[in-house]
Amino acid sequence: MSTMHEPTAQQIKDEKLYRQMGMTDEEFDRAVEMIGRLPNYTETGLFSAMWSEHCSYKSSKPVLRKFPTEGARVLQGPGEGAGIVDIGDNQAAVFKMESHNSPSAIEPFIGAATGAGGIIRDVFSMGARPVALVNSMRFGDLTDERDRYLFEQAVAGIASYGNTIGIPTVAGEVQFDNCYSKRPLVNAMAVGLLNHEDIQKGLASGVGNTVLYVGAKTGRDGIHGATMSSSEVAVDKEAELPVMQAGDPYLEKLLMEACLEWVKSDALIGIQDMGAAGLTSSSAEMASKAGYGVELNLDLVPQREEGMTAYEMMLSESQERMLVVVKQGREQEIIDLCKKYGLEAVAIGEVTDDKMLRLTHKGEVVAEILADILAEDAPVYYKKSEEPAYFREFQAMENEEPAVEDLKETLSTLLQRPTIASKEWVYSQFDSQARTNTVVAPGSSAGVIRVRGTNKGLAMTADCNSRYIYLDPETGGKIAVAEAARNLVCSGAEPIAATDCLNFGSPDKPEVFWQIEKSADGIAAACRTLNAPIIGGNVSMSNEVNGVPVYPTPTMGLVGLVHDLSQVTTTSFKQAGDAIYLIGEAEAEFGGSELQQMIHGRIFGKAPAIDLEIEATRQQALLKAIQSRLVQSATDLSEGGFAIALCEKAFDAEGLGAEVTLTGSAVTALFSETQSRFLVTVKEELMTAFEAIVTDAVKIGTVTDQDRIVITGDNDAVLIDGTVEEFRSAWKGAIPCLLNSEA
Amino acid sequence: MRFAVLSFPGSSCDVDMYHALLDIVGVGAEIVSHLDADLNNFDAVVIPTGASYGDYLRPGALAQSSKSIDGLKAFADSGKPILGVGNGFQILVEAGILPGAFLRNKGLKFRSGNAKLAVQNSTSTFTSIYEEGQQITLPFAHEYGNYYVDADTASQLQEQNRIVFTYEDGNLDGSVEKIAGVLNEQGNVLGMMPLPERAVEEIIGGTDGLPLFRSILKNWSEKNVNHA
Repeated sequence: MSTMHEPTAQQIKDEKLYRQMGMTDEEFDRAVEMIGRLPNYTETGLFSAMWSEHCSYKSSKPVLRKFPTEGARVLQGPGEGAGIVDIGDNQAAVFKMESHNSPSAIEPFIGAATGAGGIIRDVFSMGARPVALVNSMRFGDLTDERDRYLFEQAVAGIASYGNTIGIPTVAGEVQFDNCYSKRPLVNAMAVGLLNHEDIQKGLASGVGNTVLYVGAKTGRDGIHGATMSSSEVAVDKEAELPVMQAGDPYLEKLLMEACLEWVKSDALIGIQDMGAAGLTSSSAEMASKAGYGVELNLDLVPQREEGMTAYEMMLSESQERMLVVVKQGREQEIIDLCKKYGLEAVAIGEVTDDKMLRLTHKGEVVAEILADILAEDAPVYYKKSEEPAYFREFQAMENEEPAVEDLKETLSTLLQRPTIASKEWVYSQFDSQARTNTVVAPGSSAGVIRVRGTNKGLAMTADCNSRYIYLDPETGGKIAVAEAARNLVCSGAEPIAATDCLNFGSPDKPEVFWQIEKSADGIAAACRTLNAPIIGGNVSMSNEVNGVPVYPTPTMGLVGLVHDLSQVTTTSFKQAGDAIYLIGEAEAEFGGSELQQMIHGRIFGKAPAIDLEIEATRQQALLKAIQSRLVQSATDLSEGGFAIALCEKAFDAEGLGAEVTLTGSAVTALFSETQSRFLVTVKEELMTAFEAIVTDAVKIGTVTDQDRIVITGDNDAVLIDGTVEEFRSAWKGAIPCLLNSEA
Repeated sequence: MRFAVLSFPGSSCDVDMYHALLDIVGVGAEIVSHLDADLNNFDAVVIPTGASYGDYLRPGALAQSSKSIDGLKAFADSGKPILGVGNGFQILVEAGILPGAFLRNKGLKFRSGNAKLAVQNSTSTFTSIYEEGQQITLPFAHEYGNYYVDADTASQLQEQNRIVFTYEDGNLDGSVEKIAGVLNEQGNVLGMMPLPERAVEEIIGGTDGLPLFRSILKNWSEKNVNHA
């Protein structure tokens, strides 16, 4: 590689070599026009990386504009490493979610681990101490050996990084559907805390200030990761893929501690993580955002391998590296601080006033492009959008209730569906209690951590039911936000902001782009109504295998504020004799439901309807009741419907069961996935006060001290009668059983 | 009473221990870097969990080559209490201050949760406030928690009443004799895989770990306050 002669600018144009880097003819022509000459090989690399979907959002920008990004609490919206929201007392929560889908499809352990590593860096490079991790993953249904391998390894990888660096994983979700077979989605979210005065931005300002390179040496790993992540994985062509970047959580731990010390120093101007497109994106974006230029001497870049070219250095995605701009003359302070942590910090360049990103290597200028052109002037595509025929067909269908013969058997089978089954196999591999602030660990509606030194807490969750979104993207998009908000409310938290991770197929397919647009409409509407502005996020396109896109999966990560830790509420029953209330009535809505998929092996029809006004009213009322300490336990009704939620409330409540009575059609009452519904328990003496606040709650039964779930229907017909233990063992054993059975 | 929380690069749960000691137990506590560890000014040393040196080679293997280990050994010889939890236990074993070795968990995966333990020795300086045979619940989080000693050492540990905690609800990690915590011969060094500092407040993980720290404080006070 080191002896390879790079093609000339003319050859790049004539032989259309830019296409190998993922650039289209039009994009190349645009680049030529903007710089007024042909770009050389290195410069073409810079364009291809910075103008990739991953860095430029060129296809998604028009869609992202739909999102509400402002609010009273928002201190930093999209555009920086992570968004920031005020939580009072001069403190702020910093968070973002990101995908690492393509790497995880190829090498799941490393791919998932570096996904966690990247998002943690995004948060501490804002000056925040990362305090919790959340993840959201999708896999095939575990009947295929490769999918089992991807699942096991991705979980182990994400666990390994978080556990080693010592940040607790407090929440997450995993769903299974064969649309993700061999194309898993691995989305990681990190949440940090800072004091307002410590907010850092990725700015390279002040002529003559020094650009420091800190962290791991640059190797040939991950070259063109940003372009790769924006393309489809060719499952049969793995050998041609670039060498994947590996993560080192130990190094990142040192980098994090050093970074959190820098931010206290007034020598610091700006920090940016070298994430996707490494040195290229960090330098170009820092210069462009600040309105300055940056000149780098690549000879000074710490290199892991010999003979690296400028192209390779600029495009490498070696992990655990940061670019830091410090005041001229104060470099040594930061260098010494790094040394304390055993880290290398090297001055590799300086800030200039000509707005250029200028690179020199071996005494020659190897690239010279206006930073704005790279960072801001990528083309924006208004992709063709077309309503798919399947949508019209599904919308024309009437809602109908599936035929179920044995209700109890159906409940047992549903409990064993991997999407519904206990995820203990997953979260027992995460250290959820490191830092000793975890108030609610994985397994409840949302994870909750306390903010040490205050009586406040942060609740967090990630949610997305992609089946609804496939059936009806706008409705499904609303539901994704609403469900995440419900999970926060059920934990006693007020939703304050959101991040998104938009996982879709290729935007070049008009039907996929339609899904993107419509789901964004739904997300935007729900975020507005539920007061959860989107403060940052990530777009992952071209999640396809053999040309077939995954279900549209815009995962929503929401963070909520617990105003008083004594208001934290969990899913589980607390005490025999408590009244069980159901909020919201069931309709025969089974489109995209777990029951429909289970019976038919496919989904069809309309997604469950959602009225955002009703949703908001119910959430506000329930939150008020919880904050008034009138509620013992709360959970929303989601996949699998009422019967699943009722069982889940009993599974971790030792010795408690339930007796309830439902009305109407049994299958609908038990398994429908009608939205905006909650199941809560209330102490007998507080029932009147509770009913005064949550006016549409209906008492349906009582928590018992018996190990039984008994559900009766109209005319005292027994619909379900079984021991908690039999349901629990079905639910708990399902995933370990699926993983072991055909190993 | 002053505790040193001996921290190595990657000992990410040093803050957990620090806060438990300072805020909850109410003793003096300081996070001491292994580079400048002068332990002489402290009454007790705690080695926290985390992943010292990224768990490279083997958990604890690199930390034991730190020059702070000499001071730690001298501290152990002086008879003052040393507690190693999780990775801290692994470091004590790698340093030869406690017997045995750690294997990967029987299930070959990192595992976290709450362990039900039995207090087998309630006479030690670390456990005197617990009742003999008392059942307690402490959080754990480890991948190499499978404690191994050979049969002779195991019976020696039993004869000398050095097995302080055992796992009571299944022995999923595979430790010999279900050992969860073990003392040195002198009885002033305790290593344990469960994490008592994560169970000192009702709101986070219960309070079953609190008597352990209070035992250390009580026994120190009885010995030292008389002189005052």
